[in-house]
Amino acid sequence: MNQKKSTMVVFSGDLDKAIASYIIATGSASMGNEVTMFFTFWGLTILRKENAVPVQKNRMDKLFAKMLPRGPRKLGISKMNVGGLGAKMMKYTMKKKNIVTLQELIELAQELDIKMVACTMSMDVLGIKKEELIDGIEYAGVASYLAEANEANHNLFV
Amino acid sequence: MKVHHEIDATGLSCPLPVVRAKKAMDALEKGQVLEIHATDAGVEKDLPAWAKTLGHEIVDQQKDKGVYIFRIRKGE
Repeated sequence: MNQKKSTMVVFSGDLDKAIASYIIATGSASMGNEVTMFFTFWGLTILRKENAVPVQKNRMDKLFAKMLPRGPRKLGISKMNVGGLGAKMMKYTMKKKNIVTLQELIELAQELDIKMVACTMSMDVLGIKKEELIDGIEYAGVASYLAEANEANHNLFV
Repeated sequence: MKVHHEIDATGLSCPLPVVRAKKAMDALEKGQVLEIHATDAGVEKDLPAWAKTLGHEIVDQQKDKGVYIFRIRKGE
């Protein structure tokens, strides 16, 4: 069987959209597809390490670093977030209903060899350094994404 | 029918049943049969779709007290 490919742009840093992205990505990998996820702009916050990493930053970048959520546990939801209360309720009810968490989905994606790529231009804009993102990811730009999307038969923008 | 491997995906939500099925199937030889138990209602359509995409064959499909039981023969 010839290998098919899925590519995905994860632009959003919303918890619900991140969960949907990872469910599709891990599902696609389970269907035998090679999967690449490109993280850009707010999507980069999904890949941030939970703890602050000491790196050199200018004033604006420091401000961004403070304001942007650090990793999957800190993300808000796209509707009814109400200052994080909505995200808490969503996580509570998902746990009760035994739905897989975003952290588990990210680990699953790594186990399934899903390629996660961080957009270096967005990293620059938001002042995010490689050391602040989780290990095992790649760094690239729009041409790399398009080259992969050209070969893919499934391509999404989230 | 001989079942070569059995996995319990009961209580697991989407996408875990297909993720588990994929992992289990990778370890089997062509022609061997995998049995999967799952409770997520989506699997009724998802496991056949998954099997079709990967060239596996659903040889038996049952539902017993809210548990879906599939027997799937590994294809190519």
